[in-house]
Amino acid sequence: MSDPFAGWTPEALGDPGEVLPVVTAPHGVLSQPGPEVDPSDPKVARLAADLLATMRVSPGCVGLAAPQVGVSAQVFVVDVSGHPKAATVHGAFALCNAKVVEASRWRPGREGCMSVPDLTGDVKRAARVVVEAALPGTGAPVRLTTDAFEARALQHEIDHCAGLLFLDRVAGAHAIHQRKVYL
Amino acid sequence: MKARSELAITVIGHDRPGIVADVSEALARLGANLTDSTMTRLRGHFTWTLVCGGPSAAEVEAALGPLAADGRLLATVREVGPEVEAAVAGEPYLMSVHGADRLGIVAAVTRVLAEAGGNITDLTTRLTGPLYVLVAEVDLPPGTAEAVGKRLAEVAGGLEVEVTLRPTETDVL
Repeated sequence: MSDPFAGWTPEALGDPGEVLPVVTAPHGVLSQPGPEVDPSDPKVARLAADLLATMRVSPGCVGLAAPQVGVSAQVFVVDVSGHPKAATVHGAFALCNAKVVEASRWRPGREGCMSVPDLTGDVKRAARVVVEAALPGTGAPVRLTTDAFEARALQHEIDHCAGLLFLDRVAGAHAIHQRKVYL
Repeated sequence: MKARSELAITVIGHDRPGIVADVSEALARLGANLTDSTMTRLRGHFTWTLVCGGPSAAEVEAALGPLAADGRLLATVREVGPEVEAAVAGEPYLMSVHGADRLGIVAAVTRVLAEAGGNITDLTTRLTGPLYVLVAEVDLPPGTAEAVGKRLAEVAGGLEVEVTLRPTETDVL
């Protein structure tokens, strides 16, 4: 498969990043649509590095969006490497101003969120998506095609950037659950 | 012919393994036919609401008496008239509400639905830490959803909570 990131790795950010505290609902920043960012702004690269650092130290975390560290902006990171429900895996990456441009094969699945630590929810998501975005740092455009768990993670993070939580998308009145397992 | 009545039973209290088995065994011994029921735990309390047909309320009350004898479970039995499953009268919607816990969230948002003639068919609320979450399935009279959504947004703004109203997925396999 061709590499949509054209060799980009998190090291390209040139910053190990800093672990930031994660905010939890009902914090207002989580419900606020984040503005688009200038992907070549060094502050945006720094934010992406911080998100990666925070994701890496958080057990079970497969994605983290800027609002979750208190910054209203369309920036997020994803890494589903090694997850049993993943098929296509692009490793650890960061995206700015991401948009879902194609979505198909809608499937239900259970989601949790570091910002809603005590609940999980059943959410229908597209199991195949095409996402267009820009890379932090270089600002290079990316067109990413993925599926299964990585597609779900992307949609969850893009929702965060739009001020939406999985709670806004649960499939029914009995589709929220008390979390039974904490990773 | 007089339609046969049904029994509405609630069992609420301290959770332990075996409550469902104990209650349903007591009902089965009386020949009570357990029909629709829903059980969950609410803040750790065991809660089960059942509708069943068969024996008299007094017989069921007597049979469940020993289970409630230690005071840790509360069982109530009432005779209720038969209900006909209402045909779906409106358009099914799903309302999600979440935000900082405060008094009156459920009352305020469900009043908006009621004033529009909306009928709630399923509902869950959860309080976890400071976060209050409500998810309700509601049948709205045709053509009212847009106005209801606007009114909900106003009320939610006043309560400083988030609300979304979406059509329920009705596609089945």
